[in-house]
Amino acid sequence: MVEVVTGTFTVKSGHAQMLKGGVIMDVINAEQARIAQESGAVAVMALERVPADIRAQGGVARMSDPTMICKIMDAVSIPVMAKCRIGHFVEAQILEALGVDYIDESEVLTPADEAHHVWKHDFKVPFVCGCRDLGEALRRISEGAAMIRTKGEAGTGDVVEAVRHMRAVQDAIRKLRNMPEDELVVEARNHGVSLDLLTKTREMGRMPVVNFAAGGVATPADAALMMQLGADGVFVGSGIFKSGDPARRAYAIVQAVTHFRDAKILAEVSKDLGEAMVGISARSIPKDLLMAPRSS
Amino acid sequence: MKLAGSPASKIEDLKRRLKIGVLAVQGDFAEHISVLKTLGVETQEVRLPQHLEGTDGLIIPGGESTTLSRLMTIYQLREPVCQMARCGKAVWGTCAGMIMMAREITEQDPAPLGVMDIGVRRNAFGRQVDSFEQDLSIAPLDGPPFHAIFIRAPSIIRVGPQVQVLAQLADGRPVAAQQGKLMVTSFHPELTRDARLHQYFLALSSKESPALAE
Repeated sequence: MVEVVTGTFTVKSGHAQMLKGGVIMDVINAEQARIAQESGAVAVMALERVPADIRAQGGVARMSDPTMICKIMDAVSIPVMAKCRIGHFVEAQILEALGVDYIDESEVLTPADEAHHVWKHDFKVPFVCGCRDLGEALRRISEGAAMIRTKGEAGTGDVVEAVRHMRAVQDAIRKLRNMPEDELVVEARNHGVSLDLLTKTREMGRMPVVNFAAGGVATPADAALMMQLGADGVFVGSGIFKSGDPARRAYAIVQAVTHFRDAKILAEVSKDLGEAMVGISARSIPKDLLMAPRSS
Repeated sequence: MKLAGSPASKIEDLKRRLKIGVLAVQGDFAEHISVLKTLGVETQEVRLPQHLEGTDGLIIPGGESTTLSRLMTIYQLREPVCQMARCGKAVWGTCAGMIMMAREITEQDPAPLGVMDIGVRRNAFGRQVDSFEQDLSIAPLDGPPFHAIFIRAPSIIRVGPQVQVLAQLADGRPVAAQQGKLMVTSFHPELTRDARLHQYFLALSSKESPALAE
């Protein structure tokens, strides 16, 4: 009898590998999900409010209503992701029971635990988690994350934090690759991660799992910028459905991620996209209202 | 046709002359390229039709088939890829690539290329929580079973008369097949360290190699 195994780290992280070079779009209903799929999204993130609205409305942001998530799962054939609050392992259990394809343990929602994240090894469904630097990413991977995204600052339409976080990750990896072995123990301690995982990262010369960019991507140029900085793909949250012509912008961003080094194509797809989301400068946001520093 | 039967030097000659394209519009093309590089062949990322020039074979990787389909349409890659398949060049589709190569699929969308005489069901095994790994016996490969990784995988539900099934699951569902120099797998050999199927594809891609005996 051949042994068939499910829920392994290989199939979890392998799913993220299939998403590479793609765009994952935030959607709040079945109609938006269909537009995203039609535009070439590799997956959708089902949530009740996009980050820009969460930011505007304030209050506690929680896992979305399962009814709404199920409607989106029924509407599209591409993978459907959904968010749980940081550390809220019961929301994660519920999302797994619904059969979502990926869970985003997300700083965009109000954290349920300020000390601990979900122990993601216990789940068959894979998780993606945010990071601001390499140490944060590797700590999430230790907890079982099968995919990472740099956090950026969600709901702003300002790419500056996404750039900061991606550069921080890439700089740390470049440093690690050139580091003599006898400095690795201290480096692991500085990052707050195990020597094993740090050594593995050094050998691979990259983030050990797929790493997307997120938080502030609003234009095809933003998306291509993140790709050239080393992202494996991009999440676009408020940037699409808070813009003037979502279908057109979505399609343009998908093409920008494929042809991220071809400036002629980028110029072409950047034409006539209508209004971008309004956006707020990440710098103008009071420190206690920033989402990215909500966990580490 | 087994590689084990060819002299090692001939295989080396063949690799030096081969250039394999990997469709790079979306998906895990980098993983395929990495395996091909360990085998010492020249590779080409294919995002536009002109990137196909001079390639001896093409791999359509895993990814999201609706995305691959959209991007192949807008960048006019459909016809040149079909042309490659028609004129006897080797083409291999893994997972989403298999969906693209099918003659028909069970849903209306995405429109496949239709180059291989098979019918395919997308997400045939369920959602991501049902993704699985298992050992498979693959007809033309020597040695131990192949460790196959299935991720939201499609399955073959119809096999044309010219198509040879290379591997099937315990329940009889075909998950790898070949028609002349065209090959499909439901699973992802590029996610393992086992390069036997890539070697097999290189042999198919070489001009001298005859298609699998029927």
